[in-house]
Amino acid sequence: MASQAFINGPRRRRSAASGTGGRTAALFLVPFFVVFAVAMVAPVVYSIVLSFYAQQKSGLGFGEAKTAFVGLENFVQVFQSESFVGGIARLALYCLIYIPCMVGGAVVFALLLDATVARARKLFQLLVFLPHAVPGVIAALIWAYLYTPGISPLVQVLQGGGLQINFLDAHLVLPAIVNIGVWEWTGYNVIILFTALQAVPREILEAARVDGAGEVRMALSIKFPLILPALSVIMVFTIIGTLQLFTEPSIIAKATSSVTSTWVPNLWAYDAAFIRHNLNQAAAASIIIAGLAALLSLVVTRFSSRMNKA
Amino acid sequence: MSTDTLTRPGTTATKPTPREKPPARQGGFASKLSVNGLLILGSAYMVVPVLWLLFASTKNAADLYGTSAYSFGSFALFENISAVAAKDGGIFFRWMGNSVLYAGFGAVFGGLISVMAGYAFDKFQFRGKNSLFGFVLVGVLVPNTATVLPMYLLASLVGMTNTVWAILIPVLCNPFGVYLARVYAASYVPMETLEAARMDGAGPIRSFCSLGLPMMMPGYVTIALFQFVGVWNNFMLPLVMLQDQQLLPVSVGISIWQGYAVPQPEFVPMVITGSLLSVIPLLVAFILLQRFWKSGLTAGAVK
Repeated sequence: MASQAFINGPRRRRSAASGTGGRTAALFLVPFFVVFAVAMVAPVVYSIVLSFYAQQKSGLGFGEAKTAFVGLENFVQVFQSESFVGGIARLALYCLIYIPCMVGGAVVFALLLDATVARARKLFQLLVFLPHAVPGVIAALIWAYLYTPGISPLVQVLQGGGLQINFLDAHLVLPAIVNIGVWEWTGYNVIILFTALQAVPREILEAARVDGAGEVRMALSIKFPLILPALSVIMVFTIIGTLQLFTEPSIIAKATSSVTSTWVPNLWAYDAAFIRHNLNQAAAASIIIAGLAALLSLVVTRFSSRMNKA
Repeated sequence: MSTDTLTRPGTTATKPTPREKPPARQGGFASKLSVNGLLILGSAYMVVPVLWLLFASTKNAADLYGTSAYSFGSFALFENISAVAAKDGGIFFRWMGNSVLYAGFGAVFGGLISVMAGYAFDKFQFRGKNSLFGFVLVGVLVPNTATVLPMYLLASLVGMTNTVWAILIPVLCNPFGVYLARVYAASYVPMETLEAARMDGAGPIRSFCSLGLPMMMPGYVTIALFQFVGVWNNFMLPLVMLQDQQLLPVSVGISIWQGYAVPQPEFVPMVITGSLLSVIPLLVAFILLQRFWKSGLTAGAVK
């Protein structure tokens, strides 16, 4: 069957390509799309369905709970929940600190690494990438200990300098978790940006150098604009990743009460599903998170394609 | 230096213009010092926490609180390791084994599924190809955690929660792997080779197995490596899906110990040592497979 499509292929017009034919392609594509349907499409569709229903108890709350169509009621309730809205606000603040720090740090480090005078580039690349080999759970654990007075060398040093800082109190825990994210992801993006920098044509840099541009000037007005496409891809993935924030706060939550069980939207959804047993609201919250991610990545893509045209 | 890794066959996916190292004539001592100084500073930030883990795992509970962080107290690493190994009948190594199973399965089979799909998208012509590929790209952008809760609900409908399948099936799905595989197929497998194979009478499956797959091997390794790391690091999926301690991967297992460590500080050295042990396989994989992850990151972002 498959080989027939293969043999028939050349008869078609457009088949300069070998092995054309839908059936053959299907053979290669079916495994992926089966898994895709089960692990991606079905959950998304199912959560959309769930989000329009609610468990309602009849009368005084006795008897069997019934499932009833409630339209957008779940979404309304989620948005009316103070803890969810608080979580969104906290997540927004997190993004406002995290994204500039992480992406900015990665750009600066990649440009430094690409500077003519940089040495031992391979070693530096390996070292900055090191945190990415540390699972998120472990990274959060390490930093949780580095924030804990008594164990932490960091707190000790600061105390020696006369500073009493509790990284885990209500005000500082957000930047403390930002720091964990920055630590985990900066190096990963440095590698992406550095490789993009390596692809900058040498002639351009040589011409600029002949015209008397210094290292800093070249980095800012030649190299940086040329890595903008890579940067916009990084922005999209960073935004999607950041909205899913879950692992780090849930680990830190065990070390301090400053991080509540509904601290960010994803924790809120987990709490709704497994503590409050309101699966319908959990589904609605998941959809809101996914929707936000889609919206923001669309904005970034639009914005960056406009920048690239300009 | 780093440019030569880029032009090796395994990493041609990005096809950067090879840039030779410029002559090191310019750059005064001051700029050399400041650039490399900043690089050292940045790397130190990345390395010091890992070093702390290394030092802390050599200490017993008393020294952990009592001695300076970057010195050795009484060297208790092996005691800590044996405490980790002995706890609950060696459940820690069971967790490690589970992680290896989940991540390895996802890497090998999820990687193969992605490579096949990416190969088909690049090498075959069929109706609806573009819209189908569009689906894959949307899949890349769907936040992972947005699918985890509904997937749990679906799994509980069919009674699959708390089984290995609740993890093994989702880890096969890697839309980003398909995207990478398409890029790799385009740059590693020339149409002429497949055409020649067809002339010689090889069917499409035969040419994939004996030509396409071997030629795409570096890409397969890259996709598998990233999938391995992704699954190894995944926390929310197993946390949601599994209740049986015997089935947990090491990430969730250690976080449970961390929960115990709050009221019982004697768990702290075990959490720390267990963390170190769980990081080592990934560190080794990354150091050995440097060439692959660098090309993978690049193919993903620059293309």
